[in-house]
Amino acid sequence: MDLVQLQRQLVEYRTSLYHEGFLDEQYTQLQELQDENNPDFVVEVVSLFFEDSERLLNELTKALEQQSIDFKRVDAHVHQLKGSSSSIGAQRVQKVCIAFRNYCEEQNVEGCLKCLQQVRHEYSLVKTKLESMFQLEQQILSAGGSIPM
Amino acid sequence: MGMAADSEFHVLAVDDSIIDRKLIERLLKTSSYQVTTVDSGSKALEFLGLHEDDRIHQNTPSVSPNNHQWRLQEVEVNLVITDYCMPGMTGYDLLKKIKESSSLKNIPVVIMSSENVPSRISRCLEEGAEEFFLKPVRLSDLSKLRPHLLKTKSKDHCKEQVDEKPAFPSPKQEGKEEQQQSKNNKRKAMEEGVSPERTRPRPNGITSMV
Repeated sequence: MDLVQLQRQLVEYRTSLYHEGFLDEQYTQLQELQDENNPDFVVEVVSLFFEDSERLLNELTKALEQQSIDFKRVDAHVHQLKGSSSSIGAQRVQKVCIAFRNYCEEQNVEGCLKCLQQVRHEYSLVKTKLESMFQLEQQILSAGGSIPM
Repeated sequence: MGMAADSEFHVLAVDDSIIDRKLIERLLKTSSYQVTTVDSGSKALEFLGLHEDDRIHQNTPSVSPNNHQWRLQEVEVNLVITDYCMPGMTGYDLLKKIKESSSLKNIPVVIMSSENVPSRISRCLEEGAEEFFLKPVRLSDLSKLRPHLLKTKSKDHCKEQVDEKPAFPSPKQEGKEEQQQSKNNKRKAMEEGVSPERTRPRPNGITSMV
């Protein structure tokens, strides 16, 4: 695939992520903070998000496996995940977190377990998609091109 | 002091989220501020030279100089921007402690929160916060900081009283989340374990360095 095709593919892919609600305006904000002095900013922040989310998902799993569930603790983790997903523009993850928090408040175990499953799913989707997008970007850069906005 | 014009202000950012710390750091640097980030309110107070239980009174010329006092005066923070929801000390608690401190109360404080709770906002503003930003914070929000910083420029709330450059602990030993960004910052590494400023000050004097 030549450079122009790659660039077109990237723009299309990225646009679809916004249309499907995987990413929102905040992701654009992140891109705008990246420049030639900080060329890896977006990848770095997103990588931190991946690490942090995986940690939180593990904590959530453990917390919901307990005999006696500490909903405050569960809520605290979801709150963190909601915050970080919002900070990078991972809209679908953020939305599930909102529902998740409501179940925590109601102390609804089933609701929480359902949301945990959902948030794991949304997280894994957005992770895969972002990684694909980064890969495309890298291909473009390696071919000597620049990333179209 | 020799500070470059475009990095004349030093902002201390406080947030327990590593993602948000990275973000706020980038936002602040893009806005040409010097930045230090810490991951808790207590670390923020330590950085500012204030301990949770102790009060440090800076402007007492009769007191013999020691590293304690020097450290305070070396690190000039022009603004504190803090997350509201943090484990342990909340951003509100931190705000209160800063405003209650004779040495720190003139430092403008800005609160950030992911939750739009009107009562929370008014409580913070009443306690003396200059601004309340909803997260995620944007570059356009940061443009609101400048007037508060310019106001403090003329205030000499961190005057140097001694000539000698002191040594004090490297921030790295206090937690890996702290970052020192500025070349102009005069912190120097000190041997670990010797921290006289960790001890409680005597009423009319300060414990001497070991």
